[in-house]
Amino acid sequence: MKEFDLAIVGAGPAGMSAALEAAGLGLSVLVLDEQPAPGGQIFRGVERAAGDPALAGEYAVAGALLARRFRAMPNIDYRPETTVWHIDAEAGLLSLRGPRGGGMARAARILLATGAQERPVPVPGWTLPGVMSAGAAQIMLKQAGAVPEGRLVLAGQGPLMWLLAAQLARAGKPPALLLETTPRGALRRALARGGLWRGRAMLAKGAALLWEARRSGMKVVSGVRGLRAEGEGRVRRVAWEGGATECGVLLLHEGVIPSTHVSRALGLEHEWDEAQLCWRPVLDGWGASSAPRIAIAGDGGGIGGWQAAVEAGALAALDAAHRAGRLDAAARDRRAAPHRAALGAALALRPFLDALHAPSPAVLAPPEDATLVCRCEEVTAGQVRQAARLGATGPNQVKAYLRAGMGPCQGRMCGATVAALVAETRGIPVREAGVLRPRAPYKPITVGELADLPEEEPA
Amino acid sequence: MFATRPEFRPATVEVLVDGQPLSVPEGASAAAALLLAGLAASRETPVSGAPRLPYCMMGVCFDCLAEIDGVANRQACMVTVRPGMRIAPQCGARLAGTAA
Ligand code: FES
Repeated sequence: MKEFDLAIVGAGPAGMSAALEAAGLGLSVLVLDEQPAPGGQIFRGVERAAGDPALAGEYAVAGALLARRFRAMPNIDYRPETTVWHIDAEAGLLSLRGPRGGGMARAARILLATGAQERPVPVPGWTLPGVMSAGAAQIMLKQAGAVPEGRLVLAGQGPLMWLLAAQLARAGKPPALLLETTPRGALRRALARGGLWRGRAMLAKGAALLWEARRSGMKVVSGVRGLRAEGEGRVRRVAWEGGATECGVLLLHEGVIPSTHVSRALGLEHEWDEAQLCWRPVLDGWGASSAPRIAIAGDGGGIGGWQAAVEAGALAALDAAHRAGRLDAAARDRRAAPHRAALGAALALRPFLDALHAPSPAVLAPPEDATLVCRCEEVTAGQVRQAARLGATGPNQVKAYLRAGMGPCQGRMCGATVAALVAETRGIPVREAGVLRPRAPYKPITVGELADLPEEEPA
Repeated sequence: MFATRPEFRPATVEVLVDGQPLSVPEGASAAAALLLAGLAASRETPVSGAPRLPYCMMGVCFDCLAEIDGVANRQACMVTVRPGMRIAPQCGARLAGTAA
C-alpha cells in the first residue's frame, strides 16, 4: 500500500490550496475527491464551465486559475470520482471506492477539506418535486449549463441567493420573485458587528450582485415568514404570511453550515458555534483537530468562504510539513504570516454576514408539527417533539426511537433540525442536546464492494 | 424541470433515462439527466410512496437515489454521465444488498 505524507479529502479551494502548498514543500500528497474534476462546490466544474457568460466573475477567474495550478503541480496523486468511506484515524488508513473499485491508502497526516452543505430548510412541502435547494440550481448551471423551467421563485436569504439570482438572470432565466426571510432589524444588529471597512471589497461585490439581480426584473418581498410549498405531486404554489403565488420551481436557501459528517463519525471534538448556529470541529490555528493525525481546513471547520478556505488550506499544509520534519517551527511560522494576514482579511466581513443572515428560530426548529424533518424516513417535527417528551435527550436517542438519521443520508439533512427540536422541547440549549454521531461507512456501500476490497490496489 | 442552454453547453452525451434517449452536456451528473428528462419523480419513498426528485445535487440528501446501469440505490448526483448510461427511477422499498 502506498504511503503518503499527506492525504487530503476534498478538492475544493481548501483541498487544492493545501495540496499546492504541501507538494511545493516536497511532501507526497494524495487528493481524494468525489467529483470528476477539481473545484469543490464553489468552483464546481470550473474547467468546463468557466467560458459560460452566466458564470463570469470570481468563479471563472479565481476558480479556473486555482484548478489550473492544481492540475499543473507535479507530486500530487489526484484521484477524482473517489469516495472515502472509512478512516482509521489512529493508523492513518483510508478506505476508498473509486472508478475501478475499492482500495486503501495510508497517510502520515490526513486533512479533511470536505467543505460546507446548505443548511436544511424544513418548511411544509419542501419534499415536493420542484422544490430544491438554491445550491442545487447553481450546480445545474455549473455542471450542465441548465436553468429551471417555469415560474421561478427563490425563498430564504444569504449571499448565495443574490449570486444565484444574478447568474440566472445572465443565463436568461431571472427569478420572478425573491422571498427574503432576513428578519427586520437584522441589518441594525449586523452593523453593530463592524468589519465593514476591512470587508469593503466583499461588501461592494455583494451590492453589485444585488443591484444586478434587481435590475433583471426580479421582485423582492422582504421580512417573509411562515413559508410553505404547496401542490399535489409537485410544487404549484408558494405561500407565506400575507401572500401566495404560483410557482414552477421553488429554490430554498438559509446559508451554509460545515459539512461535519466525517469529522463527527471520527469522534473528533466539536463545539456549538453560537454566531453561526451550527456545530464545528474544535481546531487550533493550524487546523489541527482533537485527533493526533487529523486536520481540517476550509468551510468544514467553520464557514468562512472560499478565500478563507484557500488560506486555511495553506496553513494546514505548512503544519503538515512541519510535523513531517520538512520545516522547523520558525520557518513554518514565517511562511504562515502572509496566509494569516490574508485569512484575517477574508474573515473580516463574516461577523456582519453571520448576524445579517442568522436563520430565524422557525428555520432551525419548524413550528408546525406536521412538517417533515427527516426526508429519508419521513419523520415529522411533531414526532421528534413527542420523542423528546418521552425522554430522548438528543439526536442519537431520537434516531433509536424514530429512525430519523438512520436512512440513506445518515442524518446529514435532519441532524441539525432534530437537535434543535429536542432542545426546544426540553428547554435546554442546543449544545446540550448534542450532535448526531454517524458511523462508517460514510456513504452506503454494498456488501459486494466490501467483500472484494483488495489489500494493495489503488482505487 | 430544467432546460439546457446548448449555445453554451452543447448536449453531446446520449444516455437513456427511464428507457428514453436523452442528450445531456458532458460533465453533467446522472441526477442532472433525471431533472433534464422532465420526469415527475425519480424515486418514491419507501415509507409513504411519496414522489421525489433530486433536492441538493451535492451528495447530502440522497433523494437522487436511482438505478444506474442496473445497479440500484446509486447516488445519482455523484455519478457523471457516460455515453449509453442507463438511468432509471426507483420506486418502493429499499433494495437488498445495501448497507445504509
Ligand atoms: S440530490 Fe441530494 S444527494 Fe443527490
